[in-house]
This record gives sequence, structure tokens and C-alpha cells, in this order.
Amino acid sequence: MTDSVMPKWADVALVPFINLALALFVSGIVVALIGKDPFEALYILVNGSVGSAYGWGYTLFYTTNFIFTGLGVAVAFHARLFNIGGEGQAALGGLGVALVLLYVPWPHWTIAMLAASVGAAFFGAAWAAIPAYLQATRGSHIVITTIMFNFIASALMVYLLSRVLLVPGAGGSPETARFAEAVHLPSAYEIAPWLGFSRSTPLNVSFFLAIAACIFVWLLIWRTRLGYEIRAFGHSEPAALYAGISPTRITMVSMLLSGGLIGLMAVNAVMGEAERLVIDPVQGAGFVGIAVALMGRSHPVGVFLAALLFGALYQGGGELTFEVNGMTREIILVIQALVILFTGALDNMVRSPIENLFATTRRRPASPEPTTPLEPGGHPERGKAEP
Amino acid sequence: MDFLGIIQILDSALRLATPLLFACLAGLFSERAGIFDIGLEGKILASAFLSAAFAFYTGNVWLGLLAGIVASLMLSAIHGLASITFRGNQLISGVAINFLASGITVVVGEAWFGLGGRTPSLMGGARFAEITLPFADAIRGMPVIGPIYSDLLSGHSILVYFGLLCVPLTWWVLYRTRFGLRLRAVGENPAAVDTAGVSVVGLRYAAVMICGVLCGFAGAYLATALSAGFVKEMSAGRGFIALAALIFAKWRPWYALGATFLFGLLDAFGNRYQSLDLFGVDIPTQFMQALPYILTVVILAGFVGRAIPPRAGGKPYVKER
Amino acid sequence: MTAAGTPPDPDLAIELRGISKSFGPVRANKDIALRVRRGTIHGIIGENGAGKSTLMSILYGFYKADAGEIMIGGKRTEIPDSQAAIDAGIGMVFQHFKLVENFTVLENVVLGAEEGRLLRPSLAKARKLLRQLADDYEMDVDPEAVIEDLGVGQQQRVEILKALYREADILILDEPTGVLTPAEADHLFRILRGLRDEGKTIILITHKLREVMEITDTVSVMRRGEMTATVQTADTSPEELAELMVGRKVLLRVDKAPARPGKAVLEVKNLRVTDVQGVERLKGIDLRIHAGEILGVAGVAGNGQSELLEVLGGYANGTGTIRLNDQTIDLTGTASDARTRRARGIAHVPEDRQREGLIMDYRAWENVGFGYHHDARFNSGIFMDNAALRADCAAKMERFDVRPPDPNLAAKNFSGGNQQKIVLAREIERNPDLLLIGQPTRGVDIGAIEFIHEQIVALRDQGKAILLVSVELDEIMALSDRIAVMFDGRIIGERLPSETDQGELGLLMAGMTGEAAA
Repeated sequence: MTDSVMPKWADVALVPFINLALALFVSGIVVALIGKDPFEALYILVNGSVGSAYGWGYTLFYTTNFIFTGLGVAVAFHARLFNIGGEGQAALGGLGVALVLLYVPWPHWTIAMLAASVGAAFFGAAWAAIPAYLQATRGSHIVITTIMFNFIASALMVYLLSRVLLVPGAGGSPETARFAEAVHLPSAYEIAPWLGFSRSTPLNVSFFLAIAACIFVWLLIWRTRLGYEIRAFGHSEPAALYAGISPTRITMVSMLLSGGLIGLMAVNAVMGEAERLVIDPVQGAGFVGIAVALMGRSHPVGVFLAALLFGALYQGGGELTFEVNGMTREIILVIQALVILFTGALDNMVRSPIENLFATTRRRPASPEPTTPLEPGGHPERGKAEP
Repeated sequence: MDFLGIIQILDSALRLATPLLFACLAGLFSERAGIFDIGLEGKILASAFLSAAFAFYTGNVWLGLLAGIVASLMLSAIHGLASITFRGNQLISGVAINFLASGITVVVGEAWFGLGGRTPSLMGGARFAEITLPFADAIRGMPVIGPIYSDLLSGHSILVYFGLLCVPLTWWVLYRTRFGLRLRAVGENPAAVDTAGVSVVGLRYAAVMICGVLCGFAGAYLATALSAGFVKEMSAGRGFIALAALIFAKWRPWYALGATFLFGLLDAFGNRYQSLDLFGVDIPTQFMQALPYILTVVILAGFVGRAIPPRAGGKPYVKER
Repeated sequence: MTAAGTPPDPDLAIELRGISKSFGPVRANKDIALRVRRGTIHGIIGENGAGKSTLMSILYGFYKADAGEIMIGGKRTEIPDSQAAIDAGIGMVFQHFKLVENFTVLENVVLGAEEGRLLRPSLAKARKLLRQLADDYEMDVDPEAVIEDLGVGQQQRVEILKALYREADILILDEPTGVLTPAEADHLFRILRGLRDEGKTIILITHKLREVMEITDTVSVMRRGEMTATVQTADTSPEELAELMVGRKVLLRVDKAPARPGKAVLEVKNLRVTDVQGVERLKGIDLRIHAGEILGVAGVAGNGQSELLEVLGGYANGTGTIRLNDQTIDLTGTASDARTRRARGIAHVPEDRQREGLIMDYRAWENVGFGYHHDARFNSGIFMDNAALRADCAAKMERFDVRPPDPNLAAKNFSGGNQQKIVLAREIERNPDLLLIGQPTRGVDIGAIEFIHEQIVALRDQGKAILLVSVELDEIMALSDRIAVMFDGRIIGERLPSETDQGELGLLMAGMTGEAAA
């Protein structure tokens, strides 16, 4: 179980890759069992997501959402807090964006985006604050409270949209008025039409905000004192106390950061795409963040790559529904579930054999002979001489 | 509200509480053995789907029930594998199981029925019928007792009565049998069980499987008794409400009955009234829907009676001296 | 080598032949042979990590040996799990009790050995038998009491009863006196002698030479995974055993000049601590430590020593007054945390370095700043100065002879002694006025113990005030300039090392004052 057994590249690349392969393999079996061709499905999935500029436009739009939620979950993971409340926090982030944009006449989208970001982060953080406070001061299990807050958020949003923020005569669907034209975020089509994005592409400047968030989180976790304290607290609470790190403060701060990052997702989804607040603007992205953070090993680079993967899956999954009769986009949920299962819960199943593999190969003295198949449980005596 | 209105509400609460009760007792077995299970929701959903599908194909609701239990057990087996055999994170495993059920029910449902994730409506023998208790018609006319017996207690599906029976049964197993003693012990201190020569793995798998069976009942009840067929995401958070009820009940069987009935009652109120006028204050229905969750947070915060979970809960067992 | 061919001897309760066990590259047991005669008390001694516990875990079915065979009562026996061990008549009392805390004594005893599927008849039967056993062996325990309400001594008796209820013929006790007062230990020994006289076989695992000399009939010594000797207790001496344990002559004393105490550095008055369960752990502590002086705090574990360190270190809440260099220290509010204490000149080597003193997954260089990560030298602007941390770590490793001297290695990959050196190096770095040290040599090999002891004395000679907490009386006697004995949250007595002995301190540790201490 020591990290010295396995080289770093195996930990950060090989294991997640095997996990993903396993998830895809099992999903393929599911597809085959319902009588469809898994290879055709995979082709549509890949082609639909990254095979055209149109596909890329959607893929990167989803990626943007998942980067925010994945980073949020990852920051909480570093403090050993499991934030399942992404759905609620992102929804509240959407509320923050809507309030900022509906009630203030912004002159230009740049200022509006800044203000909307502040509003989104503030509302997302606020929704994480109560579970965080209860965990920090009263020991209430944050997993359960954040789940509860998802449901409370959903009821609250329905109430607000159907009774408070509803535009008169909007045809019954509970949503706010459209935001002003001035706060429209430039889309990929407007910024870089030569790349072939379609006019309706949802990808917008928020993508750059997401990349900035990745850099921010990296600096925060690995370069600042706060990050040092968050990680220390995550590894051992008694040690944190001994070192004068306040568990209450770290729990609060990391959950507020987590909720804030997740809330920022609304800048992309609500301000960038829908341009009004609708019922459930999150569409499961809060949950995808869990898979993304797990698969990305809570590292911003990993989160970015995993978010890209899931962005492609979500876009490709939509295509599947159109292209294959009797196939639905929910196959993506299956893949997502399996990724979470293999990377998060069945990690030891994949990891232990690989660790053993590395352990046995290391014990082998370097020999010029052709490699023989690995025998289980190599001789321990040899291992001692090796570094 | 008049007396008959109250009877109607209570009747509806009993129906709505039954799946919660099954799921809550399911969670109780699992968590008492030290295995957290936030995958109750997924198991209910999977069971609801497969029970409806099988009931539709065979026309026999009992075969449907059996299929539902099998579906739920398969997810339980995954949870057991992840959290017992491979000592993974039980919370993450539960999250994964919920997504797996959400996805696979619709994927398979669409492939089988092509109705956008629904099953066709169930009729006749493919549903659980309502049972009229003996003499229900005879004493309906009696004041007070009549309506309570004939309208509230009588006229439910057999699963409702079985669910109620599960409460004393669970209590008895937990506190009066050898298995119960060991089960409670393994959730408190698995090392004590292990050194006493009893298999921790075996006990925990047993608990997880019992949990699967009970979730199977919850799901089958939803799809074949409460409704007539499966609808996408029909568990609608009931697994989480059951989890809330479990905390509310402090992991005890009789309290579980009380907690689930209370949450069933809230649900019944919410269904009946779009908004509630309480002492001149207009209470929106969304508030009623959110109330179980709010109550759980209040309980967890320890403002009303502190809930102490089993001490070894959520921790994989690793032998150590 | 063991003679695998020799016929089994029925007079032996246990015979082990050629037992080997490895954990990865670590060979915990190497070709162990052991013969335990029926009806005797057999001691197994050895340092931390000598492989005693691994061997006993193999005997109890916790681990499977890589090689070798186990003979119980002359019969070759496979022990794949604990049930097999129980069936073979082996009972084990672990160092950390394996009891369900919110169950009754009766339920704990019955667990796993119930008769029939229903609880009630089986409990009724056990209740009777338990009373009988308790009477026979002078073990007064209430069957209906809940475990968490019992003291450690009583809990240990429950463990012994558990084994006896399962009709164990062979009883293994792993470091049974670690948590007991000397009086409780005496009671335990009486019980054990009674059991031996009944014909039971007892294996006592310990690292305390005095116990071995007092109670065992035969002693086996383990060193670095090997069984180095088995001798009759009557034919040996503590000095010989110590040498066998360590493999060389052991310096049982620390060379130090008499203390020259200066001004009072720490003054504590009426210090009280109540834990989260509402139990008062410190019940009014008064003490004073001068510059250039080591105050040793002796006591059985769990009598408030940990709380004393925690409240002085700034991470437990308390009431009373603490004055450092004539300045009152805040005991409440935001300025009462460990960070503020460090800034005021209190450094702390905690009792449990793996749980508190180090982040085991952090690399060595990250750990050298732990607790001091606010220091300007480790920060540049809003970021931490990782290069400065690395350089600092390399320097400290050199000065304290940490092996391997690799700042990039995670803390968990160092041995106990080297981990302790990292903590010590870090804590004395900023030239504190007061140094709190808890269990400085727990889980540390002999070589490192001597080094650490020398460092502590050197610090004293530099004029630091040192509060030393240890459950090892030998260590307290060797290092302290004054000794305070804690019992039940109080300082029950204070002695000078030259004017007391282990017997007197032992009585104090058991809470006995007055004529006994005179």
C-alpha cells in the first residue's frame, strides 16, 4: 500500500486509464445485451463529440461545466470532505447569476460577467455554508447534509421560479425573463468563426474562466499556505490541531471554495447558454463533478482531462439518442456510474494487482534475458537489495 | 378538516410510507452492520423497473416482485464487493450505484419497450390487489372504529401489511437472535467479532443482502402496488428520505416505523394541498416537500436529540493487532 | 534449524517449528522454533518490532505463516482463522481490547460462542457459568455492566473471561500491564498464577523485564524476527535478558551532570480540563518548571498526561492559569491555539508522532515546516517557499543523522526512530523556552533512544525548561531532575530521583499516598 511501490505515472495515468477501459468495457456489454452494436455506439459517441466543430462546440461547453464542478469536488476532497451537494450549489449559483443580471442594468458583458461570477460563487458558497458549518461545529455528516440540501435547493428553486421570479405570461414554463442583450457572452462562433463553430454553439468565453479556475486551484492547493493546511487537515485532523490549524476554519473555507467553484458553473450554463434561469439549470453536472474529481485524482490537470472526457461523453451520448433507434443518452449515466465505481469504490480491485505487478518486476534483478511471464509472489530476498 | 378527511390523509400516508419503511429497514440492517448505504435510492429504482417489466411480461406480480428483488440484490452485491471485499469507499460506491440504476433502467427500458423509459401500464394480476380485511364492510358503519378499520387499515396491498410486520420482525431478529447480536456487534467493533471467531465478511455480506431484499420490496411496491408500472426516476428521492428517516429513527426498528410514517404523512399533505394555510400563513407545497430533508438536517445538527450512528459505520475492516 | 523429524512431545502445549512470515520485504519472523511446556507461564520478550506480536497473531489465526508448522498438544494443527485457534483451545487477550463498548459484559462473553440461534437461553446459561468462573478466579465483574462503564482493569478481566468461557487451555496475553497500575498488575498476576495452577498454559508477551522475572517460569527472547534464546527464569538475570534482547550491552543510565535550574519558565495553577464527554480529565494541576530543568511526569497511561500536554500545547480547552516567563497565556478564544503557543516559545514533541506530529503522507520537507508554516522563512509573498523548506529539511537531516537523508521521502517511509528525529529536529529549531515531550522513545529502536536521550539532556543544559511525559519509569528515572506522578487527573506526589525508587513511584502511580509513600 505504500506509494513507493508504484511509479507515479502508473498512479496518475495507468490506473485511471484501466478504470476507464473497464467502465467502457462493461458499458459495452450492456449495449450488446440490449441488442445493439457497442462498436457502432462507440463510433457515434466519438464522432459525435469530437468529430466535427459542431460536436466540439458542445463537448467543450459541457467540459466547462464539469471543470467547475470537478474542481469544486476536488478542493473538498483535499480536506477529506465529500461534497455531494454540487447540484444544489450550482442551482443556487444560477440564482445568483440571475439576480445579478436581472436587477442591475450592466453596460457591458465584461463587467456583467465579473459581477455574475461573484454572484454565482457567492450563492454557491452560501449554499455549501450551512452543511459546512454543521459539519465543523456539530459534527453532522456532510455527505448526508449536502444530499439533503440538494433536495431543499430543488424545492426552493421550484418555489422561486413558479411563484416569485416567474415572468407574467411566459407560457406557463417556470423561468425568469431573458437577460438583457448587453450581457450576452461572446460565443465561440463570435470569437473564432474561422474554426467552424455553428451559430448556435453554446461554447462561450466561460471556457477561459474554467481554465483560469484550474490554474487558481493548482496554485491554491500546492503553493499557498492555505492549500498546505487544507491538505494537512485532509490527511489527519489530530495533526492539524497539533499544528495550530483550526479544523472549523479549514472545513468552512474548503467547503466555501468548493461551493463557490461549483456555483461558477452557472456563469457558463445560465449566463452563457440559457440566458435566463430555468428549472434545473444544472442537469446533473454537480454529480458528474464527483466522477471528474475522482478520475482526475483531485488534481486540476486531471480534472481538466476528465472533464473533457465527460464533456465528450455527454455530447456523444446526445448523438446516440438521435442516431441509434432504441438507444438513449442515459447510457452515459451508466458509463459515469461505472467510472465512479471503478475509480472511487473498486479502486483496490484495480490497484492491488498492478501494485503487485510492479512489486514483482522490481524485485527481479535487471537481466539481459528475454522477460519471462511474471510469477506471483516473487522472492522477497531479492527485493531487499534493490532500492 | 373533518374526521373522514383525516382518515383519508392517514390512509394515503400509510400507502406512501410503505416504500419508505421497507427502504428504511433495509438501511437499518446495512448500517447496523457497519456498511453505510446511500445507494438505497438506486436499489429501489432498479427493483421498481425490473419488477414492473417482469410483471408485464409474465402477467404475474409475484414473479415481478421476485425479479425486483433480484435486481436490487445485484446492486447489493456490487456494494458488498466494493465496500467489504475491496474495502473501498462506501459512500462513493453508493453514489455510483444510484447513477447506475438511473442509467440502466432507462437504457434497458427503452430497448425493451420503446416508451422513453416507461414500462407499459400494468393491469390485473400484474399488480398487487387491494385486500379487504375481514368484516371491513360489516363494521364500516360504526362510529370512529368503523372508518379507522375499514377505510384506514383495510384495503391495502399485501405488501403494506408485510411491511408493517417487518418492523417487529426486524426488532426480534436484532435483539433476540444470535444473528442480531453478531450483526450489531460487527457494526460497533468488527475486531471483537473477528477475534471471537465469527466472520466479519460473512456477517456484513448477509446484512447487505438483507438490505437488498428489503429494497427490492420497496421498489416492487412502488411500481406494482402504488403505481401501475414503472416511470423514469420513479423512486424520486425516496431512498434518501428513507436514509433521513433512519437517522431520525436513531437506527431503531420501531422508531423507523414512526419516522417513515411521519414522512409519509408529509408527502400525503403535499399531494393533497397545493398550499396550506396555517394560522394565516400561506405555506407553499414546496416547503412541505422539502420538510423531511429540513427535519433531517435539524436532527443531524443535534438540535433535537442527538443521533449516534454505529461506531464502525463506513469504515472498511482491516485486521490489526 | 528445527528438527522437523523429531516426534511430537505431548507434554508440550505448543510447539512451533520453522515459522516464517514476511510483510513485503520485511521479514517479521524468521524460522522461529518455540516449545511451551504445559502448565507453565512462558514469557516472550523482545523490543518493539522484534516480531513477538506477529508470532502470536499467527498462533491466533490472524496471519498465515509463510512456512513452518504449529503443534498444539502434540498434534499438528492448521490455524487459518481465529475460530480454528479457539477450537484448538487458544485464547488471546490483545493489547487493545476487542470488546463491543456498548454491549454488556455478558453479551461480550457470549458473542461468537452462543448456543443455539436464540439469544435468551444462551445468555441465561452463560450468566451462570460466568458467575462460577468469576468466583473461581477472583474476577469480580458484574455480567450486566456495560463495557464502557468499566475501568481498564475490569475490561481486561472480561477478555480473560471470554477466553475461559470458550474453554481455552492456552492463554496468550499481549503486553497486558501497559494500561494497568502496579496494583492492578499484581492482581492480574495472581489470577494468572491461579490459572497456571489449574493446569492452564500461559504465554505472556511483554517488553518489561521486571514482569518477566516476577511471574514467568521460562523466557524466550526475540530479536529482529528471530528467536535468540529460551532460558529458565530462575537461571537468568535482567541484565542478561536485556543483552539478549538488544544484542549488545545496554547502557541503562544516561550520563548527565546535575541540573542547574534558573528562573521559573512555566507556572501552572489549578489547571482543569474537561473532555467532550463531560469527564474532568485534569482536576487542578499545579506545577512549575525552571530553565535548565527536566520535570518528568510519570503515571499509568490515561491519568491525564495526554490532556496536560494538549492543553499546554494549545489544543485542548482548559481553565486555570498558565504563565510562561511571567506572562499569562490565553486559555480560551482564538489566541489559545497551538500556533500562538509556538509563537510564545512552547515547542511540543507529541506523544503520538504518527497521528499528530507528522503528516504521514507528506514528504519529509513538507513535514519540517509543519506547525511553523507561518514562519517568514518558509513563505515568500502569498506562496510558500518550497525551496527554503527543502533546504531546511536537508540541513536538519544532516544534523540529526536521519536515514535515509532524503527530503523527498514521505514520512511514512521512515522508521520510528527517524520519524522521531524529524519531529525533534523541527521542534527544537526555533529555540523554544519550553519543550513539551511526550513518550519520546515509544516505538523507537535502542540506537535512536540513546541519541534522543542525549539530545534532551543537551537541551536542558542549554537552559531550556523541559516537561517530559513518559509511561516508561526507567526513562523518567534516567532523565528527570524532578519527578511528578500523575494519578486520576492530579499530581499526586513529587519526588527527587535520588530520593525515590521505582517501588515508591509505583505506589504513587496507583494512587497510594500517605504512609505507603513515606
